[in-house]
Amino acid sequence: VHIPDGFLDAKTALVSGGIAATGVAVAVRSVSRTIPASRVPLIGVASAFVFAAQMLNFPVAGGTSGHLIGAVLAAVLLGPSAAVLVMTSVLTLQCFLFADGGVTALGANLFNMAIVAPVVGYVVYRLASGALGNTRRGVLVGTALGAWCSTVAAAISCAGQLALSRTAAWSITFPAMVGVHALIGVGEAVITTMVVAAVARARPELIAERGIESPRARYADLAGYGVLISIGLAIFVEPFASNRPDGLERVAARLGFAQHAAPSPAIASPLHDYAVPGLGSAVASTVVAGAIGIVVAFTLAYLLARFLAPRGAAGGGNR
Amino acid sequence: VQPAAGIAERDEPLRHDLLSPYQHGTSPVHRLPATAKLVGALGFVLVVALVRGPAWGVYAIAAGALTAYAAISRVAPGTLLTRLLLVEPFAIGVALLSLLQPGGAMVFLTLLSRSTLCLFCFVLVSATTRFSDLLAALLALRVPRLLVTSLALTHRYLFVLIEESGRMRRARASRTFTRGRWLDWRLSATVIAQLFIRSSERAERIYAAMCARGWTHDGA
Repeated sequence: VHIPDGFLDAKTALVSGGIAATGVAVAVRSVSRTIPASRVPLIGVASAFVFAAQMLNFPVAGGTSGHLIGAVLAAVLLGPSAAVLVMTSVLTLQCFLFADGGVTALGANLFNMAIVAPVVGYVVYRLASGALGNTRRGVLVGTALGAWCSTVAAAISCAGQLALSRTAAWSITFPAMVGVHALIGVGEAVITTMVVAAVARARPELIAERGIESPRARYADLAGYGVLISIGLAIFVEPFASNRPDGLERVAARLGFAQHAAPSPAIASPLHDYAVPGLGSAVASTVVAGAIGIVVAFTLAYLLARFLAPRGAAGGGNR
Repeated sequence: VQPAAGIAERDEPLRHDLLSPYQHGTSPVHRLPATAKLVGALGFVLVVALVRGPAWGVYAIAAGALTAYAAISRVAPGTLLTRLLLVEPFAIGVALLSLLQPGGAMVFLTLLSRSTLCLFCFVLVSATTRFSDLLAALLALRVPRLLVTSLALTHRYLFVLIEESGRMRRARASRTFTRGRWLDWRLSATVIAQLFIRSSERAERIYAAMCARGWTHDGA
């Protein structure tokens, strides 16, 4: 979902804008240092590709249709930093040219869909495909899981931003956004995996190269994005997830107070004692629910991958 | 591009008029420097979107300013309104969430008027400013060159790729007689995959062409 203008208040817009700008700066630096000049045009053309692919509609149940989001597709095909830049181009263009997504909300939209979505998706993709030994099937399982997780993670972050701005209560935005995007994520996972499978059939080397970035730069960048995403989620989501009634007020007061000054102390301060009070049975049940969810998701992703990459498919070092 | 009857009826993305917001004109607001328009629009949106609570006075002044701008630009009002209506559903969709809380009606109205004003502001700016001028304004505002290059290429090849995917869909439709949802998805996935492969090959040709014209990494 592209957040329009007027839905975020000043503190949320400023904070998410700051985090998003830092993330994009990391990606620009990384890409201009590690990608050969001959691949620079590919970033732009790949953005146009994601934009065009988003316009192809798929029939879903009941006469409605959906479309690809493309963050994880870009991350799998090009690499995480390139995907951050690709999604940044797409969202910026949609915002300025087609007024799709607000200008004041551009920072928040970039954070959700150009940083959280590709990076979370890429990390899940690499972990899952690595665990399966980087076979063709492992790549597809990882893609499916990554696409689903990235869609849901972006939705959670978006729900937090809307709630923090008091546009709608967390108790409404969270189930609405996450429920809808858990379903959208299934569609995104299926279509992304089918596209990656088709690319792997036609051009196996594009998948085997794992993008256009050098692997060494990738880990440092991922750590950087990880820090930014944690800071963002700590601000947008944590006050609600921890059920502490004063969390919102406290963050708001601190951020409101610190708006004129440099934003960095305001961002770091809410972190210090959050993790402790929530520990207990609630955490245990969350862990169990999460574990069951992961098993179910993994099984579904595996079945999809098995269907798309039957035994004996060429390339990727099959078992 | 006029889609042929029958097969191409599903190819709505080919509506170029919807994808090219710029409406050519020679009015004073068309001739304003793009940087001024961009900064002005950013300021406008910041004020309207971030002013606290329902500030009807501010919204009325803002609406007046936008109407004056639209009148000076002499772009057909119908065109502007169509574009506004096209982008409005997104805002209404998100705003509906706010109706579900106590006192939601007021919040809903505030959100709707704010977002409509901001949307209309950018509809106006994009209708009266060439995209290339907007990019130059971004560069002047110190946006990294890599990002601006990438935006320029995105905009340039967006239309090429949309047409390419349209041709691929049409070719597919003329060869596929049975239709099922799963088949539809699989074929669309193949189209997207082919589109990516063609994009990456095209990017190599573009690079060769850019080098032939004297392009360097830091741009010139």
